[in-house]
Amino acid sequence: MSTAHSKSAARLMIAPAVFVLLVWMLIPLCMTLYFSFADYRPMRGIFEAWIGFDNYASFVTSSSFLKSLFTTLWMVGGILAITITGGVLMALLLDRPMFGQGIVRILVIAPFLVMPTVSALVWKNMFFNVDNGLFSYAYKFFGAQPFDFLSQAPLFSIIMIVAWQWLPFATLILLTAVQSLDSEQLEAAEMDGAPALSRFRFIILPHLSRDITVVILIQTIFLLSIFAEIFVTTNGAFGTRTLTYLVYQRVLESQNIGLGSAGGIVAVILANIVAIFLMRIVGKNLDN
Amino acid sequence: MARAITTQKKVMWTALAWAFGLTMFFPILWTFLTSFKTEAAAISDPPVWFFFDWTLENYVDVQARSNYPKALMNSIIISVGSTFLGILIAVPAAWSMAFVPGRKTKDVLLWMLSTKMLPAVGVLYPLVLLAKWLGVMDSRILLVVVLMLINLPIIVWMLYTYFREIPGEILEAARMDGAGLKAEILYVLTPMALPGIASTVLLNIILAWNEAFWTILLTTVNAAPLTSFIASFSAPEGLFYAKLSAASMMAIAPILVMGWFSQKQLVRGLTFGAVK
Repeated sequence: MSTAHSKSAARLMIAPAVFVLLVWMLIPLCMTLYFSFADYRPMRGIFEAWIGFDNYASFVTSSSFLKSLFTTLWMVGGILAITITGGVLMALLLDRPMFGQGIVRILVIAPFLVMPTVSALVWKNMFFNVDNGLFSYAYKFFGAQPFDFLSQAPLFSIIMIVAWQWLPFATLILLTAVQSLDSEQLEAAEMDGAPALSRFRFIILPHLSRDITVVILIQTIFLLSIFAEIFVTTNGAFGTRTLTYLVYQRVLESQNIGLGSAGGIVAVILANIVAIFLMRIVGKNLDN
Repeated sequence: MARAITTQKKVMWTALAWAFGLTMFFPILWTFLTSFKTEAAAISDPPVWFFFDWTLENYVDVQARSNYPKALMNSIIISVGSTFLGILIAVPAAWSMAFVPGRKTKDVLLWMLSTKMLPAVGVLYPLVLLAKWLGVMDSRILLVVVLMLINLPIIVWMLYTYFREIPGEILEAARMDGAGLKAEILYVLTPMALPGIASTVLLNIILAWNEAFWTILLTTVNAAPLTSFIASFSAPEGLFYAKLSAASMMAIAPILVMGWFSQKQLVRGLTFGAVK
């Protein structure tokens, strides 16, 4: 087999994939970049091709940006806290000897497979609803005043919904990590009389730390773009407007394309900061 | 004695794990139960659990809604179409990266994965604008292409990992036995690659089926799949819990079944090889 021949054939085979992704990356992103320097408000018929960094300045200094940044941080942070803690505990639990492990695993994974609009609407109506939601019945059952989740604690409610969807993901990955744990080491520690908590602290947690990092990075990238859950529950009201949602509203609702595009570029930059760390880990794994 | 304790512990862990598992699954179970209730029973206070008059009328009602069959059809076309288009483009690419790796292969692969991390909202307006220019707004072909593009990195990545597991010695052995290139691909490589391709297809149908950013924002009526059909329930008229549940069950049931068969692929596909 001539290597030169197969090399050029290989290049030809890879070309379509590279080409479509390149087009997909470059054209829209360049357009966003272009609009971000323009004053473009089609509804009012305003178009000025170059206004410098004005859009960036007014986007970044607006109070809605800062608020959305905090909302995003709270949302992503809250979901990460729940899914990581829950995921570690769930993984350790699922690793124990038990009856019907396969079925339990299926039950745990299921939420991840539910489409975002369905899970958001089911939670919104059948659990959080103040009149007919299950939580309200539970409150009443215990003699408490029903709590209107989505208007009194909207951010928390969305965190609950999304954490429910992503807990299976964290559990699955961390379960694989737990299963690769050297059981002899654990047994030796147990024989030496190390209590369960320090076994967890000094053997299990260090072993999991790498996978926990990966789960945090991957989830952060996906969670930064949460959209449907907000769209069908609060539509960005009551302090649930994340950066993604703010940009969506600027672009499609108020049709301030310049400002929205500047926001879009800010979102891209923020996501890339997280992505760099993730890509480093992926790259290292590819080497081995 | 030691044995008795282990069994006892096992029963304890079983109870605990099942309690957690059922808690996680409960919202789906509750949706399932509600979908068989009458609207009155769906909001009865206190809630009814199993002992109600089971009815199929919600399923009939939802299907009779003019746009449900269309949304279902759109979901199928968009998810299957984008997956197969993606496979078509990804198989040659993954193939050459796995079997004829060059100096740049790793960088190309990493770059492809990094495109998956681009926030959709960063290219929202250009996409809308381009779609309007090309006159494909609210069309299935637009969704097929866009979802193919956002999932292509995952498809290439998964196929690459599967292809790399095919041992090179087998190819050499086939060549020694006098197999030509055509025979090599047809009788040796294809059978070994098929399971990997099948898993990739399955995972990507799931991802495309559940995608809820572009499917909501790039469609209005004609191409709206189930994700945006369900979103239309967020502005309810009258009693609708049972109908919402029935529509939800129909939207998630096929994916639940497929997903249970592809738990491993879920991890492989969505971690980009960051987990070993």
